[in-house]
Amino acid sequence: MASTIRVRAISSGEITEVQVLIQHPMDSGFVKDAKGEIIPPHFIQQLAFEYQGRNVFVADWGTAISKDPYVKFSFKGGNKGDDLKISWVDNKGETDTTTAKIQ
Amino acid sequence: MNLRSPIHLASATLALALATITPTVAADTPDPMAEAKAFRNYFVAKFPNVKPEDFVNGPYSMNKDMRRQWEEKEQFPPYEFSLDMGKEMFGKPFKNGKSYADCFPNQGIGIRQNYPSFDAKEGKVITLELALNRCREANGELPLSYVGDEMAALTAYMAFTSRGKPFDIKIPDDPRALEAYQNGKRYFYTRRGQLNFSCATCHVQNPGERMRAEILAPALGILNAMPIYRSEWGGMGTISRRLVTCNSQIRAVPLEPQADEYRDLEYYLSYVSNGLPISGPGSRP
Amino acid sequence: MTTTHDGFAATRRLILKGAGVIALTGVGVISFNMAPAFAAANDKYPEDAFKQKRAADAIKSLYGRTAQASDKVKLDAPEIAENGAVVPISVSTTLAEVTSIAFLASENPNALAAVYRIPPGTMPNVANRLKMAKTCDVTVIVEAGGKLYSATKEVKVTVGGCGG
Repeated sequence: MASTIRVRAISSGEITEVQVLIQHPMDSGFVKDAKGEIIPPHFIQQLAFEYQGRNVFVADWGTAISKDPYVKFSFKGGNKGDDLKISWVDNKGETDTTTAKIQ
Repeated sequence: MNLRSPIHLASATLALALATITPTVAADTPDPMAEAKAFRNYFVAKFPNVKPEDFVNGPYSMNKDMRRQWEEKEQFPPYEFSLDMGKEMFGKPFKNGKSYADCFPNQGIGIRQNYPSFDAKEGKVITLELALNRCREANGELPLSYVGDEMAALTAYMAFTSRGKPFDIKIPDDPRALEAYQNGKRYFYTRRGQLNFSCATCHVQNPGERMRAEILAPALGILNAMPIYRSEWGGMGTISRRLVTCNSQIRAVPLEPQADEYRDLEYYLSYVSNGLPISGPGSRP
Repeated sequence: MTTTHDGFAATRRLILKGAGVIALTGVGVISFNMAPAFAAANDKYPEDAFKQKRAADAIKSLYGRTAQASDKVKLDAPEIAENGAVVPISVSTTLAEVTSIAFLASENPNALAAVYRIPPGTMPNVANRLKMAKTCDVTVIVEAGGKLYSATKEVKVTVGGCGG
């Protein structure tokens, strides 16, 4: 099954810029469905980016992150061809992980 | 707000433009090419700081603050998932082994700018959505909902393969084609619904202005970005879906998706945007 | 509007049982071997901070102190959000030794939207997309050198009209 995580990790020599777009409903638990019933909260709580064995960025997310969440950050280092591992876990304990190559 | 005079102004401008451009054509023979030129000139003159190709970006060509938000999201647009789904759907063969590629010229790649087209055999306008469902039915598959996610994903992919290509709608030398064009134009300029708006009320008279909290898009290029991922829908939606919801929003009873008037409307609106690039799938608020 | 706390309650129970740590670490996919510089930012998911209604309470829960406004924190947010569901907001700063960045929206049901941990070597710039319930102040907190700095901007959120 295709990963929910889309990554763009681009190295410009000294700095690697990382953008991710993740397919996830990020239901806040505040919205009602057509029947008038609350759609239960279902959202990513933690998202981690690992490079060469250490976390270069960790996101703690609440219910106010948009559906199909996006985040962009940069870190020093990162060479073209190196692996960048991205993982998330949501409030239901569901997870996904992917490894992308830095371009 | 006196809405009547601006509409007279708009049609007067059009008539004046027509009279100026084609003085020898009889008044009762429509000249779509001249009308399209006048249509385009109206918007270009109204918005001298907008590059002609930029009109396809709708409200983002009209407002800086909105444009910035859009550009930021376009770095990694939310419609990527729908687009991927569309590509997958497009490539997947039907139960009988055939696929969408067998129904369309050039295997269905890079052809979106030719739709809608006039079918001489049937004497009617065929839109891309209609053509896709006909392809399905001809191959033993059930049709997709015109307002659902799947049709949106499929047309998103097809639009994507045509990105950058200019709209190239043809009106053949056939009175029925001309009638369809006229019909679409008539629908566009006719008031309807409790709010008594025509399409032109918002998209010809008031592009760039606010309708409640929204910035109105110009009619020029308004279909080039379709289908659109709307933040409001939290997903991708078809031309059919937008026409239906637009009617509802002005409190008019919507027609059935792909009703004759909607098809003719799409024909008219696409034709007058000939030359402007396909930018779909697009994003909208 | 009522909120269901089922999701949170379950997580809390799991964490108390120790199973939550497993859920968060999975098969070791998320490493908790943080350098001591991280002591200021909590290793665990800051559940309590996310439950706070008011921004001030969330900040207190997260960091235990208050922030001072700083023009070295550049908050980029729209004047009028085109749609409250997806508001692109970003921050950049020239402050040194940044260890944490948090985003809050004062009128959201729970003010805290996100907290980002910035290990050494990671740039103190983040761009994300937030949901905003209504017009309110968006605040970004930057924890740098053990101190808290902030920037705030009002973002207008309107009811959608008829679309473009």
